[in-house]
Amino acid sequence: MPIYLLLLPILPLGSFILTFLFGKRLGRKAHWLPICAVLSCFGCAVMALLDVINGVTINTDLYSWISSGSFQVSVGFLLDELTAVMLIVVTSISTLVHIYSVGYMHDEPGYYRFFSYLSLFTFSMLMLVLGNNFAQLFFGWEAVGLSSYLLIGFYYEKESAANAGKKAFIVNRFGDFGFSLGIILVFLTFGTLHYDQVFAQAASITDQTFPVFGMVFDLPTLIALLLFCGAIGKSAQLPLHVWLPDAMEGPTPVSALIHAATMVTAGVFLVARCNPLFALSTTALNVVTMVGAVTCLFAATIALVQVDIKRVVAYSTVSQLAYMFMACGVGAYSAGIFHLFTHAYFKALLFLGCGSVIHAMSSEQDVRKMGGLKKYLPVTYWTFLLATLSISGIPGLAGFFSKDAILAAAFSSPIGAGKIAWFVGTLVAGMTAFYSFRLFFLTFHGTFRGTEEQRHHLHESPATMTVPLILLAVGAVSAGWFCIPPILGGHAPWISFLAPVLGEPGEHLGHATEWGLIATSVGAGLVGIATATLLYVIRPEIPDRLRDAWPKVHSWLFNKYSIDELYDGALVQPAIRFSRKVLLHVVDGKLIEGVVNGIPQAIGSFGERLRKIQNGQVHTYLSVMSTGALAVLIWMLVR
Amino acid sequence: MNFPVLSLLIFWPLVGACALLPLSRQKPGLIRMAALGVSIIEFLLSLPLWFAFDKTTHLMQFVERHSWIKSWNVEYYVGVDGISVLFVLLAALITILCILVSWTAITTKVKEFFIAILFLEGAMIGVFCALDFILFYILWEAMLIPMYLLIGVWGGPKRLYAAVKFFLYTLVGSLLMLVGIITLYLKGGHTFDILALAQTSYPLKMQLMLFWAFFAAFAVKVPMWPVHTWLPDAHTEAPTAGSVILAGILIKMGAYGFLRFSMPLFPQATQAMMIPMIVLSLIAIVYGGLICISQTDIKRLIAYSSVSHMGFVTLGLFSLNTQGLEGGIMQMINHGVVTGALFLGIGMIYERTHTRLIADYGGLASTMPKFAAFFLLFTMAAVGLPGTNGFIGEFMILIGAFTTRTWAAVFAATGVIIGAWYMLWLYQRVFFNPVNKKVEGLMELTPREILTLSPMVGLVLWFGVYPNSLLSFMHVSVAHLLSQVLAKEMLITFDMDSLSRLVELCFS
Repeated sequence: MPIYLLLLPILPLGSFILTFLFGKRLGRKAHWLPICAVLSCFGCAVMALLDVINGVTINTDLYSWISSGSFQVSVGFLLDELTAVMLIVVTSISTLVHIYSVGYMHDEPGYYRFFSYLSLFTFSMLMLVLGNNFAQLFFGWEAVGLSSYLLIGFYYEKESAANAGKKAFIVNRFGDFGFSLGIILVFLTFGTLHYDQVFAQAASITDQTFPVFGMVFDLPTLIALLLFCGAIGKSAQLPLHVWLPDAMEGPTPVSALIHAATMVTAGVFLVARCNPLFALSTTALNVVTMVGAVTCLFAATIALVQVDIKRVVAYSTVSQLAYMFMACGVGAYSAGIFHLFTHAYFKALLFLGCGSVIHAMSSEQDVRKMGGLKKYLPVTYWTFLLATLSISGIPGLAGFFSKDAILAAAFSSPIGAGKIAWFVGTLVAGMTAFYSFRLFFLTFHGTFRGTEEQRHHLHESPATMTVPLILLAVGAVSAGWFCIPPILGGHAPWISFLAPVLGEPGEHLGHATEWGLIATSVGAGLVGIATATLLYVIRPEIPDRLRDAWPKVHSWLFNKYSIDELYDGALVQPAIRFSRKVLLHVVDGKLIEGVVNGIPQAIGSFGERLRKIQNGQVHTYLSVMSTGALAVLIWMLVR
Repeated sequence: MNFPVLSLLIFWPLVGACALLPLSRQKPGLIRMAALGVSIIEFLLSLPLWFAFDKTTHLMQFVERHSWIKSWNVEYYVGVDGISVLFVLLAALITILCILVSWTAITTKVKEFFIAILFLEGAMIGVFCALDFILFYILWEAMLIPMYLLIGVWGGPKRLYAAVKFFLYTLVGSLLMLVGIITLYLKGGHTFDILALAQTSYPLKMQLMLFWAFFAAFAVKVPMWPVHTWLPDAHTEAPTAGSVILAGILIKMGAYGFLRFSMPLFPQATQAMMIPMIVLSLIAIVYGGLICISQTDIKRLIAYSSVSHMGFVTLGLFSLNTQGLEGGIMQMINHGVVTGALFLGIGMIYERTHTRLIADYGGLASTMPKFAAFFLLFTMAAVGLPGTNGFIGEFMILIGAFTTRTWAAVFAATGVIIGAWYMLWLYQRVFFNPVNKKVEGLMELTPREILTLSPMVGLVLWFGVYPNSLLSFMHVSVAHLLSQVLAKEMLITFDMDSLSRLVELCFS
């Protein structure tokens, strides 16, 4: 095993422990160790990628983690094409976010704590992508959840932040419920949790069934869907998306790293990694596609009207993740991972750009109070523009290539839901362009709408923040060039690189169709941009009029379809009431305690009564005795 | 090995307790140091069990056997196998921490307090080592007395009610077990030798009767639903050390009883009663978890969470397969460590604030950041985060349950969601949110308190990262136990048909 593979998790782990324990004493220097660690990790990731390009793949066990009868799990590493890509994404974004945070978190009291958590997250995420078995995947899965919990709740004295962290953890537990059962079912089916052995045997379970609760399920479908439950939770898809927008309570660098670029894509990674299992079930693939399609549209509609700068980007993330699931669902795993890759850069850039704006605006996040920031924040402005163009699918930029790959795959897919996915994907491409530019115009164009004091403080961010922005902008522009489709004169090396793990899509489209698809999606994007320009630059009074014309629609979208309220009213509050009124007061308090306290009381009162006949008074005894004697006498006479 | 290490472990704390007697009441510091010394020596004495234990045999080790009451064939017979040895070690470790956490918390009747603790330690270790039924029964009941005193003398405002409830609950259960023991003696060849009695096979009807007789004792101790209501009261009213011992060791004895007695002695009854036991376990998991959500008292919440976690234990045990049993034993140890640690922590803040109400706390992460970090780790272990010990047991139990009955695993897994809900809710209300005026300016942990919590941190991570160091102790013994239980073909399975047959059988 090459040493870099071992260093990848150990460096950030060591950095976490040391910074957490001793970082406080370092004060403002606490960032050095984490940054060095993560930078070295990036170096290791590059070495890993080079090795993989040269044809090296590694699958090795470090030590036996849990051993019990036939259940054998180890801690081990798998380095292949998919892992290498994920390593690059995770370490590069993590490095930039670390550096950015030096500037962004400068005045925070919990400076060392923040950096130690970042290291913990990096460690967890690397364990997640490096694992060679499901159990270690689950370890990383939960560990990133813990880091996310800690970082969302970083400002723990704010009740909303503490709530958001808790919510993220618990909602994810709902996904993990299915995920852990899925892992167990994988073990019971294949007798092992190691990827290579499971996937090698995958084909053998076709047409097997599994009975549970009196129903008979198709085994491959059941396994795939249970695993997918985990992905729904972690990647914030319907119906478990509710935690991600709230997660914006965390510091903005965290939103960029965890809640846009890396952790939330773990679900996509999971589906791609398990593609041999998903491939066995058309039903499962259809479900994945449909969940993606519905979420994609759903989140985009909400993003249209939100006014919190980070929430717009958060819903955009949910929507973009849904694109990746649509890609996986139609069997185009490498296109999905490709979108994961490009999205990581342009979305991290958007978030860090938001961070720069918020930093300049003295923590203001409401776009209605921004405007005209272009002249104050030139670097942020231009980089943000590139990211916005990229996500809108402007040809030549990263987002264009990955989105196009997904839409083409969906269109040509034999899966039933494929055409729906294509239609929704194209529609949402237009909406994405619209809300992204809406955000962009509201923030940077027009006149400043904040307070005088805020205007006074407006300033471009320091170099520690702008340099990461510029580097990410390079990614947001060029990340797509790894997969230029043949029709545009490229070779799509991305697809062939990942083919050993993810396979190559079978269907190929005719030239005319492919040009048509490109034209449609670019057209949708341009229409979106044009609409945004019309509504927010040329005729800024129209949005208000639209809102007044359809107040119901607006409030519906603005309140995110009231899903949170629905969950609270249908699940949380009834559970609390059931717990208190039924379980605590009736079952425990009245029934069980009634018996427990009742028996001694019954014995006591029986004794109490028994005591009364022994009251020590002779005449009582005499009268009882004579009554008894009389009764016996009468009885004898009558008999 | 001829050195009587088990006897030493059983009697050394009693000797130590006696040695405290002549010490002057005016010098509580000396008494504390002496008690601590005794418990540390006890722990050191227990270490040979870890290092010299032979993991390749299921036979009892470190055996000592002496005739005791000749006419009834009662013996002083002790030994440990891969199932019990770990609990002896755990008891020795936890007692040290209990003494440390009581350092300043106990100010009245200091001498008596530490005597009770040491007496309890000896009895507990004895219970895990006893291989003779009479010896076992005596020690089993002997544990009640110091625990009763700990709750009743040094407990909270409602301590008398809680102590009496605890005592009567467990005593009623134990008496049924005593009837069972006497029946076994009469039918099993006039011996109290547990291992010998397990060699005999008993008629199914008798097995079923005895299974339920022993169940009464063990289920109360675990505690299983619906005989759990003593636990919240006992935990809440007990002083910190009492809660820690209760959670860490005492309630493990119920599950241990199932392992050591019910399963090998009544294998067919165990198989027949598998489904009812699994159902009771599932109720405990979900019920115990849900009821935590409406608790307002920290200790009560953790007490109810114990019901839920011990539901996992019994679920694992009665899955009757390797992963379930080993997971169950892991979970017993893990729950002892984690819940013990949680109670230690709660004791530390109670000592500062004298309130257990969750609503009185808030923002402790600002005032006591070190404590918040400790408690976070234990919270994560309690919700079964992989990498902590809590995950290992829970996951293995889920595998075991899934193997036996899929629906059991599905229901049990909901407990994992509920667990996250109430534990994170608790953590938020105590440690996050704005600082509560009532707990402003709390003092951060003292070095002694950090020293008390640190071993638990070590265990949480060690067992979470490398559980094989514990599992390797169990493999052979668990395999042997399983072969004992499953040797006899299962006479009745639990469906409607056999249910009626079973009822007939019991009442004919």
